Amino acid sequence: MKQLLAILVDGSVYASWLFIISAGLTLIYGVMRILNMSHGSFYALGAYSGAAMVGWYFSTGSVPWFSFVALIAAALVAGISVGLLVERGLLRFMYGRDEVVMILVTYGVLLIMEDAIKLIWGVEPYFAYQPYTLLGRTKFAGLSFANYDFMLIGVSILIGLALWYGLNRTRNGKLLRVVIHDREIASALGINVARIFTITFLIGAGIGSLAGALTAPGLSVVPGMGIEVIVLAFAVVVIGGLGSITGALVGALIVGMARAAAVHLYPDVELFVIYAVMGLVLAFRPQGLFAVANARKI
Amino acid sequence: MKTRSLALLFVLGLVVIAGGLLLPQWMSYLFTIAMGKGLVVLGLVLLMRAGLVSFGQGLYYCVGAYVAGMLTQFVGVTDILVIMLASVAVSVAIAAIIGLLLCRYREIFFAMFSMAFSMILYGLLVRNQFLGSTDGFNVANPSLLGWTPGAEASSDLVLIVAVCLVIVLGAVAWRYLKSLSGYAGEAVRENEIRLEYLGGSVFRVVYVKYIIAAALAAIGGTITALVSGHVDPEMAYWTTSGEFVFIALMGGTAHVAAPIVAAVLFEALRTYAFAVSPYTWQMILGFALLAIILFMPSGLWSLVERFQNKKARKTS
Repeated sequence: MKQLLAILVDGSVYASWLFIISAGLTLIYGVMRILNMSHGSFYALGAYSGAAMVGWYFSTGSVPWFSFVALIAAALVAGISVGLLVERGLLRFMYGRDEVVMILVTYGVLLIMEDAIKLIWGVEPYFAYQPYTLLGRTKFAGLSFANYDFMLIGVSILIGLALWYGLNRTRNGKLLRVVIHDREIASALGINVARIFTITFLIGAGIGSLAGALTAPGLSVVPGMGIEVIVLAFAVVVIGGLGSITGALVGALIVGMARAAAVHLYPDVELFVIYAVMGLVLAFRPQGLFAVANARKI
Repeated sequence: MKTRSLALLFVLGLVVIAGGLLLPQWMSYLFTIAMGKGLVVLGLVLLMRAGLVSFGQGLYYCVGAYVAGMLTQFVGVTDILVIMLASVAVSVAIAAIIGLLLCRYREIFFAMFSMAFSMILYGLLVRNQFLGSTDGFNVANPSLLGWTPGAEASSDLVLIVAVCLVIVLGAVAWRYLKSLSGYAGEAVRENEIRLEYLGGSVFRVVYVKYIIAAALAAIGGTITALVSGHVDPEMAYWTTSGEFVFIALMGGTAHVAAPIVAAVLFEALRTYAFAVSPYTWQMILGFALLAIILFMPSGLWSLVERFQNKKARKTS
């Protein structure tokens, strides 16, 4: 019983973390048809800038509670400005190329960003544990949980709701959905597709860095963290169906629960189980759970 | 193939081997590694000609290397030919199973799922204490038909075998691309439905290419394991596979020699970039990758073709 509760809580925390990361990835793919390999680097960028900012903030001795604002603001500013640079400076010259070529382009961006992060912040690990310990822990049914993790669940729900509302209930969201549905017709109708692309990429990059910033207090920020994360995010969005936000949510829940169960019951298969689940889902639903079927082109 | 080209290849092989042996130790080591990687990329290029980019060739690269390592270390088999055959057999067996699932997919799905499979192997290896977890384990020196070279000459043996393999397999691959099945690969890339109408089986074409690529990757992994004397799970990590895609893109898919040449250039570029600035070598590679995609989409081999075209125009 106790173990089941631990699995459920750990699974939800892990799932909400995965969802925040994957939401940006799947949004960018849905609109721009770019499977953004450098998404993990935006995650790392957010983690580094957030952690560095928190470290600096606490060294000034200001009110501890505002460190959350500092954490998130630093990550968003860093993520969005680098995102702007990547999209305007590079990606916009590549639109219309093969999806596989775009993977390689973003792979190049990943290589560059990984080293740029090392150049700026060095190779020593960063710690920003203060916000994590600030919230304290809750004892429940004989288990101790960090409140920070519960906050993470809340934030992921907020992000999910915001994305859902933005896409379904606002004018810009509707324009975005037109672009997702058919890029050419959208531009024929007078929608500024290039601007929609830029905005989408910035939102995606922003959410990616936000995910990094929110993770930073819970662990040490080290080089290579973005490279580890990207393959997990791929598994999540592929299970849910590329380009579907709902899919990312379900995929995150499936992967999160599967991993939590593996960690508690049989830790040796932790990494293996994620891809095993992915293989299983794809064996039955080759396009993922929530993907829209594509007509075969002749 | 004409007798003249065969003789040319033979002479080329001798020259490369002699050159490789005369190079300083560290250079001939890098050259052998490049030969191994070149073979992996050759397999990848076969797939790319059919329009499929695999981000998971690291899987078979790693399988080949681990089979070689386990045979020398735990079974006591050191004969390089036996090791090669065993690596290929294991890889082909795995590819035959995974291929059934994977060859239904195209484009980014193919890329991502092949990556996922290599990450499964990575996940299993890092948790396996017996196989040294993340550290991997050492590989004993190989022998050839009962002849056991000393520790010094061992890498020379691998170099000779590697160059011979590259030339023989390169020639076979060249011949294969001129065959019906080879051309069918391009048809898959251009239009699958037309190929089906012509009576070809798209699945079989892709499946066979996938298995060939796996076998080549295993040979490449075996060469790397034997020359470096060490294997670790990093070989199955997706960045290793990314490196292979990088090399393939760098060389281009126009000719079977392109991946081999590109692998040598890549190793040189990487060593140089690492020596110049150890913290930014990835960045240099990243910029190189972007420059190739932007300015030379068909890879470095397009330079050779441009040169040949110019010569052809002059003579006509």
